[in-house]
Amino acid sequence: MPTINMLQAINQALDIAMAEDDKVLCFGEDVGGFGGVFRATSHLQEKYGKARCFNTPLVEQGIIGFANGLAAQGSVPVAEIQFADYIFPAFDQIVNETAKFRYRSGDLFNVGGLTIRAPYGGGISGGLYHSQSPEAYFAHTPGLKIVVPRNPYEAKGLLLAAIRDPDPVLFFEPKRLYRASTGEVPEEDYQLPLGEAEVTKEGADITLLGWGAQMEVIDRAVEMAEKDGVSCEVIDLRSILPWDEDTVAESVLKTGRLVITHEAPRTGGFAGEIAAAIQERCFLYLESPIQRVTGIDTPFPLTLEKEYLPDHLKIYEAIKTSLHY
Amino acid sequence: MTTTAQTHRPDFLSGDEYSIPTYAVLSQDGTLHDGAEGPDLERDKALRIYHAMVATRVLDERMMAAQRQGRLSFYMQCTGEEAAVIGSAAALDDADMIMAQYREQGALAYRGFSFDEFMNQLFGNELDYGKGRQMPIHYGSRKLHYMTISSPLATQIPQATGYAYGQKLAGEGLCTIVYFGEGAASEGDFHAALNMAAVHEAPVIFFCRNNGYAISTPSVEQFAADGVAPRALGYRMHVIRVDGNDVLAVYRATEKARRLAVEENKPVLIEAMTYRLAAHSSSDDPSGYRSRKEEDAWRAKDPIRRMQLWLEAQGWWSEDEEKALQDELRREVLETMKRAEKRPPPAIDTMVTDVYADVTPALQHQLDALKQHVRRYPEAYPRGARSLDPALSHRDADQGGD
Repeated sequence: MPTINMLQAINQALDIAMAEDDKVLCFGEDVGGFGGVFRATSHLQEKYGKARCFNTPLVEQGIIGFANGLAAQGSVPVAEIQFADYIFPAFDQIVNETAKFRYRSGDLFNVGGLTIRAPYGGGISGGLYHSQSPEAYFAHTPGLKIVVPRNPYEAKGLLLAAIRDPDPVLFFEPKRLYRASTGEVPEEDYQLPLGEAEVTKEGADITLLGWGAQMEVIDRAVEMAEKDGVSCEVIDLRSILPWDEDTVAESVLKTGRLVITHEAPRTGGFAGEIAAAIQERCFLYLESPIQRVTGIDTPFPLTLEKEYLPDHLKIYEAIKTSLHY
Repeated sequence: MTTTAQTHRPDFLSGDEYSIPTYAVLSQDGTLHDGAEGPDLERDKALRIYHAMVATRVLDERMMAAQRQGRLSFYMQCTGEEAAVIGSAAALDDADMIMAQYREQGALAYRGFSFDEFMNQLFGNELDYGKGRQMPIHYGSRKLHYMTISSPLATQIPQATGYAYGQKLAGEGLCTIVYFGEGAASEGDFHAALNMAAVHEAPVIFFCRNNGYAISTPSVEQFAADGVAPRALGYRMHVIRVDGNDVLAVYRATEKARRLAVEENKPVLIEAMTYRLAAHSSSDDPSGYRSRKEEDAWRAKDPIRRMQLWLEAQGWWSEDEEKALQDELRREVLETMKRAEKRPPPAIDTMVTDVYADVTPALQHQLDALKQHVRRYPEAYPRGARSLDPALSHRDADQGGD
């Protein structure tokens, strides 16, 4: 199996989807001949023509409104927002339109074909506006699906599933992994399930839960904890919406302890939702309070980015706090 | 007011009715175009403009090199657009508000932002006014009336309309200029801003730097119309298109625009036709989307060289003075860069300030927990640990100086 990076895996998924179905279109700012500022759409215009892969004017609300219209018409748009930090002009189109299209029309119309891709997350010296993780804003919106892959294999399989899913999907790509994360990826078509978490490592003493780029951070913390003799179970949530409560609850019923981590600020972050749901299901089995290791409640900084990020040392400390409660 | 005139034939307008000419004064050899009239620009002001243009070029060249050396995380050049940015800023009152996009460091240089001030922001050190929070080139200066840069595109345009409306109410005879690229003009914020300015008669100058590209996207893929200028007609707004590499045309057009804005409360759109000679940013490689030949053709229209030739023709500038200025600026850029690089990062306490006017109890609690963690692993957080170590902080203070 060839070893490729996450960008190449995403490019492969788009290529497969466009080859298979003429209705699949890829567009966004700089997406056409240039292949996107991160080159995720490289060569797609050459292969499939300017009518199916193209640059749009610089207007996020326009891109998503246009994509909603295309999806309602029966096309399968894969719209790129250049950075998740710049998705907010399209917030109205996503929250009031994409998410509610099917519901408000009694399923006369839907935009299920729509996939929105956006590079997201920090750790690249991006400061306030090239670092944010806005999944929680959208998780508050019934009707959307939200997916975050952790490595190239996951990215390809989840993106293909997202494009073919009957509901609109927000696909957040941890950009710090784009070239840094490499792995074996089958060249052929395959899909991974939406809405299902994956236990990436089994253990007995404590459950660690995250998604996207936090998974490798968790792995580093687990390495430290296991040297102390702690047996860790690790779960990649993969889909933020709908999220796989059963897999997480089952794990916590076994370990009695849970640490959740995300880069976004703590207050209103998705860890809060998970903690609430899990204490409902596992209250009598919890050995200690559920720990959240997150960004602090400030905008994303630059010079002190390292201090801000929920890194392996902070997760390791949370593991110890949970165990010694 | 909507017209009530009627016609009884189904004739459409095609959108091609208006083609807006480009106002040009100075040709590339430093002489005025036939029939063109120069602005009333005295020697001292002309040299102040020229000095800012050269300073911007020197700063940009050196800092892009510093980025390539890994000394800086990111950089953006104004190269090729100095006349558009500085010529327009110079036509304003120095107390007028400037709301820039991100490529207008020349306007700040013109207003007197020092190299030390540039460098402190670029290196995000403890003296950066923005406290090391934003990426390089996100400058701001309250004393120079330059709003701190925000990366999201076009958000500053409707804000400029609001700021200018406030200036009108304050009655101080000031206006706001807002800069943006032809790409950003596609955002919804642009349209909202122009319409509101026209409706509410705000003294604002919308200055579009049409530099040909929004990152890789050429302007022909950005709009089907004759540039950005014709949009003003839809909002019933004064508009002019100028040669953006022609400092005299830019200056004179902006001077007149300012009079319309301040004396008659009429907003104005200026579209400056120019070219982004450098990459979009240090993260970009233009060879993927445009030819060297095209770049060379624009390099031959260098706005700085054009002004230099004009200044020499006036007898206001010489090759010797040029060389002395270049040498002086290069030396100063290097010195200030070294100084800024050595300065410590902002203290860890600044992580939670300015989120609100006062630090909330919850944020204080998060900061305390973070400090405790950093003390436990100081080697993992050298920047944060620095301000927690009294010995280090003391030494930094000793090195302070200016």
